Amino acid sequence: MHLAQHEYGYLSDEAKREVAEILGLDPTHILSLAGFYSLYYEEPVGKYVLEICNDLACALRGADEFVEMASNKLEIPVDATTPDGLFTLKTVMCLGACDHAPMLQCNLRFEENLDEEKFDQLLARLRTEADEPSVVEKITSYAIRE
Amino acid sequence: MANLLLRHRDIPDLHKIDVYRKHGGYEALHKAITEMTPQGVIDVVRSSGLRGRGGAGFPTGVKWSFIPKGPGEKYVVINTDESETGTFKDRELSEKNPHQVIEGAIIAAYSIGAKTIYNYFRGEFMDAGYAMEEAIREAYAAGFLGKNILGSDFSCDFYCHYGAGAYICGEETALINSLQGELGQPWSKPPFPAVEGLYRRPTVVNNTETLANVPLILVNGADWYMSLGTDKSPGVKIVCMSGHVEKPGNYEVELGVTYRELLAMAGGMRDGKKFKALLPSGGSGPVITEKALDAPLTYEGLTPHGSVMGSASVIVMDETTDMVWAALKMLHFFKHESCGKCTPCREGTFWMEKLLHRIYEGHGTPQDVQTLESVANQIGGRTLCALGDFAINPVLSTIKHFPEEYRAKVQGSANGQVKAAARTAVA
Repeated sequence: MHLAQHEYGYLSDEAKREVAEILGLDPTHILSLAGFYSLYYEEPVGKYVLEICNDLACALRGADEFVEMASNKLEIPVDATTPDGLFTLKTVMCLGACDHAPMLQCNLRFEENLDEEKFDQLLARLRTEADEPSVVEKITSYAIRE
Repeated sequence: MANLLLRHRDIPDLHKIDVYRKHGGYEALHKAITEMTPQGVIDVVRSSGLRGRGGAGFPTGVKWSFIPKGPGEKYVVINTDESETGTFKDRELSEKNPHQVIEGAIIAAYSIGAKTIYNYFRGEFMDAGYAMEEAIREAYAAGFLGKNILGSDFSCDFYCHYGAGAYICGEETALINSLQGELGQPWSKPPFPAVEGLYRRPTVVNNTETLANVPLILVNGADWYMSLGTDKSPGVKIVCMSGHVEKPGNYEVELGVTYRELLAMAGGMRDGKKFKALLPSGGSGPVITEKALDAPLTYEGLTPHGSVMGSASVIVMDETTDMVWAALKMLHFFKHESCGKCTPCREGTFWMEKLLHRIYEGHGTPQDVQTLESVANQIGGRTLCALGDFAINPVLSTIKHFPEEYRAKVQGSANGQVKAAARTAVA
């Protein structure tokens, strides 16, 4: 499922059926797993998925305001993707980095101790990197890298 | 006292095996394999009084002793799922001091006769995973993993597995299901993992921090470990301080320090604000107030105050915090993370969030608060795993300690003064 998501960007119905076929499992089994785990995307996402933690510990250090700022800056609401297909904005449950709030994970990489300025820098960096082919390697999860 | 678990803070590059060995690394494993029987190792860990650092506090040596003796596959599983709100200690250990965890796990495998170790990382901990995979490669190259470790007939392999995002996988039976490629849902115990765990074989599941203590105990002895901390809660503990403190972060302390001392260590309250309350165990333990601050950080210390130490993830809140808002944040978390297996938790957290949201928004009635308590009490004790009990703790404890805040919200609505939400709605 990790591989399929890496290949197609998200787990479409076709991708789920393909996984089931390869593993000799019922497609509903794959469907239930995709729905259960939060790191599997069942809808198309942007090249960079920005997942901001706004759980209690982060919210006490300004995460809710940070989400609002990010949403304004990207001109999209939470759970939406920018028209250029570059960024998807999401809010997520605790990522285990409460001492560095506000923080987010960008394609599983943690970006910590953020503020508006650092967020601008991050977006600028990602926009530049987006054209480099090597970036695909960099953003794969460990399961894929092996 | 120098750090024992967070040693990388004192020793640069401790994640590299040569540095780790220069500072006594893998001496405990050497001692275990060349000088001690597996039972001897279990006995030392048992008499050290080490208890599970993931939150449940079960005695580690006792857990190991439950594994049946004799041939057959057995497993050691490391729980690095670390998803409790406010917890970030296992990530630091895995990333910065991975060999101490690996060494502890190999010793555990030796003591129970396991040939395979799995480390279950939450899917989001890729950076920590990279660091540990590198350390594992070094350990193989140095002969601490693989065939005939240190020339003995003990062989052991070590694999890392990555979850895909689910809090519930920190519960040991859910973790085992997830490791097998299933939905991460708990099962009704018995069978306990020690009897039927991974692939229905005897399995020990230990928290990352717990295992990092093991090498220290073998090298320095059980008596030394017992001399740290308190009689009933010996040893050291990493405390995760977050929220409204000046210096959030991990702090390694001897068990028995007070919560007031912990607050001081974390630089006190941020911006000089007044303390209001803290969650001692991430989202899952009941809140405590000023009058419990002198209680010791031990497995029993907060019992008189109706709370628990848990994984020692302390979320601090100052006077400006709206406690109904805080309860709503936590409940939203538990609703999201409920695995859906048990009806009271799945349905109950859904309805509780709805009620709490209505109260927070100023549309609630006094009756809603009573209904909230009633639904909570129908979840507590009626679910397979502890998540159901965790979910109701922040709500019931804020109602208990801060009834006036709930009253103000529902009275506002009764008077027709619907309060504009000061913050963005969580739901």
